[in-house]
Amino acid sequence: MSTATRYTPVAVVLHWLLALAIIGTFGVGFYMADLPFSLTRLKLYNWHKWAGVTILTLSALRLLWRLTHRPPADAPMPAWQARLAHGVHLLLYIAFFAVPLTGWAMSSAKGFPIVWFGVLPLPDFVPKDKELGELLASVHAWLAYGLAALVLAHIAGALKHQFVDRDGLIARMSLRRP
Amino acid sequence: MTKLLSALLLAAALAPAHAATLQADKSDLAFTFKQMGVPVDGKFKKFDAQLDFDAKKPEAGKIAFTVDLGSVSLGDPSFDHELAGSPWFDTKRNGKATFVSTGIKPTGPGKYDVAGKLTIKGAVRDVVVPITLANGVAQGSVPIKRLDFKIGDGEWADTSVVANDVTVKFKLSFAGL
Repeated sequence: MSTATRYTPVAVVLHWLLALAIIGTFGVGFYMADLPFSLTRLKLYNWHKWAGVTILTLSALRLLWRLTHRPPADAPMPAWQARLAHGVHLLLYIAFFAVPLTGWAMSSAKGFPIVWFGVLPLPDFVPKDKELGELLASVHAWLAYGLAALVLAHIAGALKHQFVDRDGLIARMSLRRP
Repeated sequence: MTKLLSALLLAAALAPAHAATLQADKSDLAFTFKQMGVPVDGKFKKFDAQLDFDAKKPEAGKIAFTVDLGSVSLGDPSFDHELAGSPWFDTKRNGKATFVSTGIKPTGPGKYDVAGKLTIKGAVRDVVVPITLANGVAQGSVPIKRLDFKIGDGEWADTSVVANDVTVKFKLSFAGL
């Protein structure tokens, strides 16, 4: 099998699209949680849920793509760094599913089924239950903070490669041909 | 004797011979609406009804219905607090909603159209409520437009967030019907 030096265009597009979506949705989620009851709060909650389900769907496509398309080989680096980078990638993928799924479950448990983009009603996979809803709310929040920490670690790694190692690793995640 | 008898007959004729009392513990008043496509259910915990009805003479029947707006609940204390506020039910100034029938029309066996005046937050609208009546239980639902009654005023008048259509559903159990 040929060792690719870069990610496929589909993987690149999904990476940056999801990066934007995840950072934006995290920001909205962080901001809306402490808002007083208002029209804006209600809108943001719905948008946040729609975005979360979109991220979940795109992440499923991304996982399928990742499992069927070999990513480029590691750049030359110490084995522990490669293991750390892969560990962060694995945890990121877990979080891509865990965060939206706990948000979806939390919404159902709190008695507000999600209607994707106000059109497509999604099934509830947990019952309406106040205590479960509160538990899921804190699990969702902590997983989201965990995802944020992983994103920061991932960005720190990329910056280290770009500015310390100067190995041009980030070009693998660009659509631009070298 | 004749006088007494006629007085009694007169009293019987004037008294609501078929007055029924509401059994609150066996009755429900609920509503459902959509916020950004999501169905939301709520209910009123306190309401009362005076019914005077004879199935043999339904047209002569009367119903007066009163809802304690402060008893509204979406099942979440923070929402309920908001619903009591002035953009919504404004319960400090509008404690009660009322429905007073103006006419009852049979539409089928055990089925009636009850026309009447619905008053909420000072606004009065004519509505026709289709009901089914069986074993002392009146059930039905009626669609209303919340903005007809300024329920959800100001920024909340935006029906793209909270739909204008609200379906009110009821099950009223009466004793002595």
